[in-house]
Amino acid sequence: MSTLKANLRVRRGAPGETGRFASYEVPFEPGQTVLDGLRWIRVHVDPSLAIRFSCINANACKECMIRVDGKTVYACTTRLAQAEMTLEPLPNKRLIRDLVTEIAPPDERLERDG
Amino acid sequence: MLQADVLVIGSGAAGMYAAIAAARAGAKVLLVDRSLIGRGGATVMAQMTVAVAVGEEEPDHWEHHLADTLKAGRGLCDQELSQLLCEQGPACIREMDEWGIGWARRDGHLAQVHAPGHDRKRCVYVDFLNTGPAVSKTLRARVQRIPEVHRVGDLIVTELAMRDGACIGAHAVHVSTGASVPIAAKATVVATGGLTRLYARNSASVNMGGDGYALALRAGAELVDMEFVQFFPIGHLAPRLVGMDPIMWDPFRYKLGGRLLNSEMKEFLPEGGRYLSARDLATYAILEEVGAGRGSPHGGAWLSFQHCSEAALRDAFGPVIDRLAANGIDLTREPVEVAPIAHYHMGGVRVDTGMRTSVPHLFAAGEAVGGANGANRLSGNAITEAFTFGRRAGERAAALAARTAVPGKHIHTDIQREIDFNPAAEIASLQALMKTYVGPLRTRAGLEKALAHIDALAPHCAELGAPRPGLDAEWIDLHDLRNMRLVAECVARAALAREESRGAHQRADFPETGDAWQKHQTIRLAGERVHVES
Repeated sequence: MSTLKANLRVRRGAPGETGRFASYEVPFEPGQTVLDGLRWIRVHVDPSLAIRFSCINANACKECMIRVDGKTVYACTTRLAQAEMTLEPLPNKRLIRDLVTEIAPPDERLERDG
Repeated sequence: MLQADVLVIGSGAAGMYAAIAAARAGAKVLLVDRSLIGRGGATVMAQMTVAVAVGEEEPDHWEHHLADTLKAGRGLCDQELSQLLCEQGPACIREMDEWGIGWARRDGHLAQVHAPGHDRKRCVYVDFLNTGPAVSKTLRARVQRIPEVHRVGDLIVTELAMRDGACIGAHAVHVSTGASVPIAAKATVVATGGLTRLYARNSASVNMGGDGYALALRAGAELVDMEFVQFFPIGHLAPRLVGMDPIMWDPFRYKLGGRLLNSEMKEFLPEGGRYLSARDLATYAILEEVGAGRGSPHGGAWLSFQHCSEAALRDAFGPVIDRLAANGIDLTREPVEVAPIAHYHMGGVRVDTGMRTSVPHLFAAGEAVGGANGANRLSGNAITEAFTFGRRAGERAAALAARTAVPGKHIHTDIQREIDFNPAAEIASLQALMKTYVGPLRTRAGLEKALAHIDALAPHCAELGAPRPGLDAEWIDLHDLRNMRLVAECVARAALAREESRGAHQRADFPETGDAWQKHQTIRLAGERVHVES
């Protein structure tokens, strides 16, 4: 059984709320990814955590882009490490909730708000 | 209120092709997806082959493709649907070629490879492992250019809207705001894909929880062949790979053969290093080795390409070899572990060759449709099915819409409910249960155990209610759990009723294939109850 643990600091909050960081200790096995860790949190700790992804592991849908330690990455291809990792939503996109931002092309949005 | 002549739910290959075909036939189309348009779903994840009798590599005819499809289907194909797939396939492949997909070519003609179950080289593809992304990109670019197709992503359809027994559109929820969005449509196409998310190990995206089956069933439509879930035999198992689809070894085997080995490093299928075995047979052979204590360390089989040189690997898969190296895998030095993985669903919404369901003004297309592939799907038929059925559904839905009046407005009011359990955790338990008891090998005792759990879950997700304002992740999980539970019940009940083994449905307690069972089972909702007609 695995004894590796990552400490994920995740930016939580919706527009109009004061954002905060929540910390989660996430067990993992070598090779597992940040997206695996976020899915683990949703199943075992807090299902209200919002993340966007579709293809899970294939890096085909390109929907799970977030900031990890200040760098823009795909959560599904970034490996978990035995360290503190800071996870934030994309800074240049409109925040929807937690790690989810508005990334749809403007003409594919319900509001067509540009 | 959104309004359209034709509403298309789901934007994989079937949905986008339906939207294009409907617009071409003069309809105003609304194309919606719970994810981003043309990015979620299964299409974007397809790795390689598309079966089609274009006869460029060697002479071929759609009748040969049909014969192979029927043979793979183990006597259970709906022949008219299979014929539509095989006969119309070439036209769609050519159309995709005109739209610039970039099918792989050799000496000026389309390159075609020989896939298991086919009598000749029949499968076109886009290099390298890029067929799905190229299909999605090509169709996305196409729909973007058609002003008559209005695209809206992040929209979850929660129910079809019904009046006097006919479909008049849908009720949807906008994911990022939680807003209720009624949609009025003269004709509706369900193109939401399959149900492989029901299983703990799958090659699906999170959108593949059987939404379309649940929507159609609750609207009064019939489902067919729900017990036939295809397990892809050589899904990647270990070591952990990231940024790669678990079905990636399929194209490797097409091009390079490869040897499937047990723990004694012996081939256990009569392949001689070639890729020959049908999916159902390979799946059971691997499970048999594991059951006999000859599995690989993680409970699968070894797949070896150690006979290939570095140059041969690079020639066949170019940049993919670097992605493997980044994952610490050198195929010239070591084998990988593979095991069966839920991959595709042969069953689905019952339609006629016009893609009409039993509910007036409701159509289905793509993997959401049941019947064309019988009890076991031939390699390469899924994308062809998406193209041909999508195109047919779009054309027929547009034709019906042209002689239908605009349906009046409908409203749908839901109140918020407290969710007093963790729906994400319940989804994970349901997936584990389905993998254990409703997987490739089934027994009465196991299926009954699964159904007891599925029944006990029913009160938790009887009602969906409205989400809280903003993105409500728990509500989305509850929505998914509600649909997955209903569809899981359909699969398990149909599997329990079918007391024989055939294709993807194998009963340890009924190992023989019975002539009396060469028939479809259909499912309807009778009130809240799932009713199987054998």
